[in-house]
Amino acid sequence: MTKTAWTALLPLLLLGACKPGGNELKIGVSAPLTGDISALGQSTKNAALLAQDEANAAGGLSVGGKTLKVRFVVEDDENKPESTATVFQKLINQDRVVAIIGSQSSKCANAGAPIAESAGIPQVTPWATNPNVTKGRKFVFRACFIDPFQGKVVAQFAAGRLKARTAAVLYDIASDYNKGIAEVFRDEFAKLGGTLAGFETYNTKDTDFSAQLTKIKAAKPDVLFLPNYFNEVPLQVQQARKLGITAPILGGDGWDNPELVKLGGGVMDGASFSNHYSPDTSDPGAQAFIAKYKARFGSVPDAAAALTYDAAQLLFKAAGTAGKAEPRALRDALAATSGFKGVTGTITYGGSGDPVKGAVMIRIENGRFVFDSAVNP
Amino acid sequence: MLAPPPSPRAPGPWALRGLVLGTLALAVALQLMTEAGILPEVLNPYYLHLLTVVGMNIILVASLNLLNGYLGEFALGHAGFMGVGAYAAALLAARVLPPPSSLPPFLGPLLLLLPTLAAAMAAAAAAGYLVGRATFKTVGDYLSIITLGFNMIIVNVIQNIDAVGGPRGFTGIPRNTGFAAVAACTLLTLAVLRALVQSSYGRVWLSIRENPLAAEVMGVDVNRAKLQAFTIAAAFAGLAGGLWAQYQQFITPRSFDYIKTTEILVMLYLGGMASLSGSILGVVAYTLMMELLRNLLGAFAPQLAEWRMILSPLILILVMLTRPSGLMGHREWRWLRPRGRS
Repeated sequence: MTKTAWTALLPLLLLGACKPGGNELKIGVSAPLTGDISALGQSTKNAALLAQDEANAAGGLSVGGKTLKVRFVVEDDENKPESTATVFQKLINQDRVVAIIGSQSSKCANAGAPIAESAGIPQVTPWATNPNVTKGRKFVFRACFIDPFQGKVVAQFAAGRLKARTAAVLYDIASDYNKGIAEVFRDEFAKLGGTLAGFETYNTKDTDFSAQLTKIKAAKPDVLFLPNYFNEVPLQVQQARKLGITAPILGGDGWDNPELVKLGGGVMDGASFSNHYSPDTSDPGAQAFIAKYKARFGSVPDAAAALTYDAAQLLFKAAGTAGKAEPRALRDALAATSGFKGVTGTITYGGSGDPVKGAVMIRIENGRFVFDSAVNP
Repeated sequence: MLAPPPSPRAPGPWALRGLVLGTLALAVALQLMTEAGILPEVLNPYYLHLLTVVGMNIILVASLNLLNGYLGEFALGHAGFMGVGAYAAALLAARVLPPPSSLPPFLGPLLLLLPTLAAAMAAAAAAGYLVGRATFKTVGDYLSIITLGFNMIIVNVIQNIDAVGGPRGFTGIPRNTGFAAVAACTLLTLAVLRALVQSSYGRVWLSIRENPLAAEVMGVDVNRAKLQAFTIAAAFAGLAGGLWAQYQQFITPRSFDYIKTTEILVMLYLGGMASLSGSILGVVAYTLMMELLRNLLGAFAPQLAEWRMILSPLILILVMLTRPSGLMGHREWRWLRPRGRS
């Protein structure tokens, strides 16, 4: 009985199987729509839909003399590597996409990359900053800078603009992102002539940092670097201030979320962090994107949204240059991208999948993110 | 006393052997077609990927059934053992053994697979033995907490070892596993577990589940039997981990935390306790449900795609309400039943 029921259900799986469309540019999006970073998955989806509808409202993309409509197939990877592998298999073999945007977290981008690479489908991850994702791969690209660059940017900001001589770091040792930036900052800050007064760790979901912060306070650092995620940073800053640490506080792009100020309130004022882009950029293209996104979804786009939008535009442009919607040609056109002006800066691929692009430092003033300075490599 | 008459419908050894050999032959054929690059014209590689994942999950669920179904404990650390196996296999494959490209195709990966999977099983079995010893004095909720704690310890330890990538995960593992290897390992696991639960070992575990005191009075060494069950179950979880690492080519410690354990438990309870058929059916049903929802929602209502994670637990609740002991709880398909019993 059960057997018959399952056999009857099987053909339904085939429903999703479609023939490659002749006048369509089909791109897969692997986004964490559910799971621990689902807010980020939503902004990924929003940005992709915005790019799709914009291109189609303009009549479609002109590719090799033909006009192609754009279609994004958005799939939920739950921010789990295993699910990302399944999503990549589905997008490539069932939906027959010509390229994939995603996934966002480094662990998921890393799980999808071998599949895209062996299938010869170009993958552009908007937000995965872990250097390993693109290493040794021909078909894997990213729209963001990598962790080492960010650690470097913050170290330069601390030593240059803040004229700090000593620095302390408190980071989550159980998360690859935090650990990567912390280590690069440590090395880079030493290279710039500074000394590290403290290098303290904690574990994800810890809520009491007083032991580490007391140690840091005794070392009297000129700056305190917290390369951690926005949901934990406010607590750390509150506890640091309560213990009497008055040094300026710095962070990385993990801070980029409106929740940071909501959770932290006034205590976050005066802190700065490095980011992919700043919503109060003066660039007209970026301003147009921000206005359209705000009008449609009612919120200011975060960095993940801006990077996803850039990844989509990169692929649109590559399709135009390649003259055909074919994965291999797309890959070659993508690799040859030079001086592409996106929302998050100018992107050039210099032989690898990692773009040469700049970062911005953002200052928090009266609960608002304010552009401080731009840093170019 | 008379032996019960053999059921006329029970398959003979030849039917079973035919089923096993047929599955293996099909798996090897599919694998060869994949290597030759002609698979996409015959079968969608996405389905083959799903079948491979199903195979690995069957190994996990069936081996956890040994503890939770047959031994009657509520162990919560299965993903931890899987992680130990995955990292052991990954270390051996990526750092010690030669890369598969230096060996002949198809046979090369097979040669690499044997030592890596053996190491995965041995490492996980050692971890299982330790947990088994640590739980000597506990039963019920306390055993659950100890196993859960052990799972967390394993994840945290791996996160703090930089040599295996720490929280960044382990990249660059060669791909030595394919569908054929997974199918063979799944069949092997089922064969071993089927033999075990029908042997005197299985009887002893059942007696402990039903009444540990009575079992002890009958002369059963409860601690020894528990230790055996934990070691064997962990070894097979390690086998699944070893396959997983060399299939996905990338592993991260957080893939083996309590969330993965929960997923294994859901498939186990959906299928049913103390039933190998249930373990198979639970995994297949769960995987099929998740992918069907993905495809159906994607085809008919893409705006509801996020509802997948609400609909799937809802379906699970409905199934559990109508079949409180799971799809196949305490029952077996004919071919998994011992011969001579109806």
